[in-house]
Amino acid sequence: MGPVVDLHHAVVLAGRYPVLAGLDLQVQSGEILLLEGENGSGKTSLLRLLAGLLPLSDGSGSVLGFDLSKDRASLHRCVGLIGHGAGLYDQLSVAENVTFQVRAAHGDSARVASALERVGLSAKADLPAWKLSAGQRRRCSLAITIARAPELWLMDEPEAGLDEAGRRILISLLDELASLSIPVLLSSHDLATLRPHVHRSVKLAGGITISTQPGGRPWLKAEGATDVS
Amino acid sequence: MFRDALLVAKKDLRIELRSRVLLGQVLPFAVACLLLFALALGPDRDFLRRAAPGVLWITMLFAAVLAAQRSAGVEDDDGARDRLILSGLDPAGIFLGKALAVTLQLLALALVLTAGTIVLFGATPSSWWPLAVAEILASLGLGFTSVLYGSLAEGTKLRETLLPLLSLPTVAPILIAGTKVYAASLSGAGVPAAWLGLLAVFTLAYGAVGVLLSGALQET
Repeated sequence: MGPVVDLHHAVVLAGRYPVLAGLDLQVQSGEILLLEGENGSGKTSLLRLLAGLLPLSDGSGSVLGFDLSKDRASLHRCVGLIGHGAGLYDQLSVAENVTFQVRAAHGDSARVASALERVGLSAKADLPAWKLSAGQRRRCSLAITIARAPELWLMDEPEAGLDEAGRRILISLLDELASLSIPVLLSSHDLATLRPHVHRSVKLAGGITISTQPGGRPWLKAEGATDVS
Repeated sequence: MFRDALLVAKKDLRIELRSRVLLGQVLPFAVACLLLFALALGPDRDFLRRAAPGVLWITMLFAAVLAAQRSAGVEDDDGARDRLILSGLDPAGIFLGKALAVTLQLLALALVLTAGTIVLFGATPSSWWPLAVAEILASLGLGFTSVLYGSLAEGTKLRETLLPLLSLPTVAPILIAGTKVYAASLSGAGVPAAWLGLLAVFTLAYGAVGVLLSGALQET
């Protein structure tokens, strides 16, 4: 099987400014990859490119076999992005938010309850989303992604806003995704917490990769089921 | 596509029912418009009756702009638009669903405003059904244009001012045809088939354009 992410000299423009300036990256199936770099180094833009939310201006790239220059729309339903915003509708309850996303993805609504339990939000299921704290919104975002069970997980500073219990949930989720061979790309500034749980970390600066190093998790590609809920 | 449209419409209507923006803001604004027009035009009942069709439809267009802002605004907060794009929903389904939700809100508004013009302007139609058909077609047409121009204005950071600038000139056919149908209903001058036809063609055209462009608009 080829890489799930395969970028060659990828350029992404914000107006006329290149937020990614000829970036090369390959990620293998089942790999957990940590993106490091200072603010403005291109981590968020890279994750949004891989989700199909930003167009490729130059270079070439594919994600899960979908050509980023031609078929971003087909890619959308296959990836799960936990971005800076939780993407919740404030007037809907926690459970309604998750259910809407699961139904939109033609998923099984029975996953909703187990996903909420997984992130510790079962007791808040009927609360409107506007009553959630920032950390609880982040947990709800995690629940949506768990319930949708995407083929590729993209997480942009997923630990932001999470308390200690929330971080433990995140780490256990990463461990489980690794055991199920589901690829994950995550960006973070909390390197000490996350490095031990990734296969590899890549450092970005100025919209390109400048270094790569092994993470704390040995790269032993596992075979397994593909359901995390 | 239609399954996705129903899912999105139900979501938007549920949000609207709970936030009560239509009931608490758009409706009072529209009723205030009617009142102000009535005050500005003076006490002449015959003049008010003749002016009522134009007043009704201008007020509907203003209210439609607010409904369009609201429909687009629901997706603005907290990365909801990204989440919606990544949901895997058919872009045409999203377009139709959001348009359906706006249409149903505008239909409810049209009912209240029609009652308002009857009470304030003494403009009771002698024939109801052409006006009813016109209001259904116009609400649907305004629903389509609202969501289409809302999508075009997205990401510009100028939606509040750009949306009315884009949409109001292009919905002139609704203003003209709707006014003619109401005027014909008032005078009992028979069925204004040509004007109803214009409304139907306008609505179908904008619906088709919206469905066809929805994918491209989502990816820009």
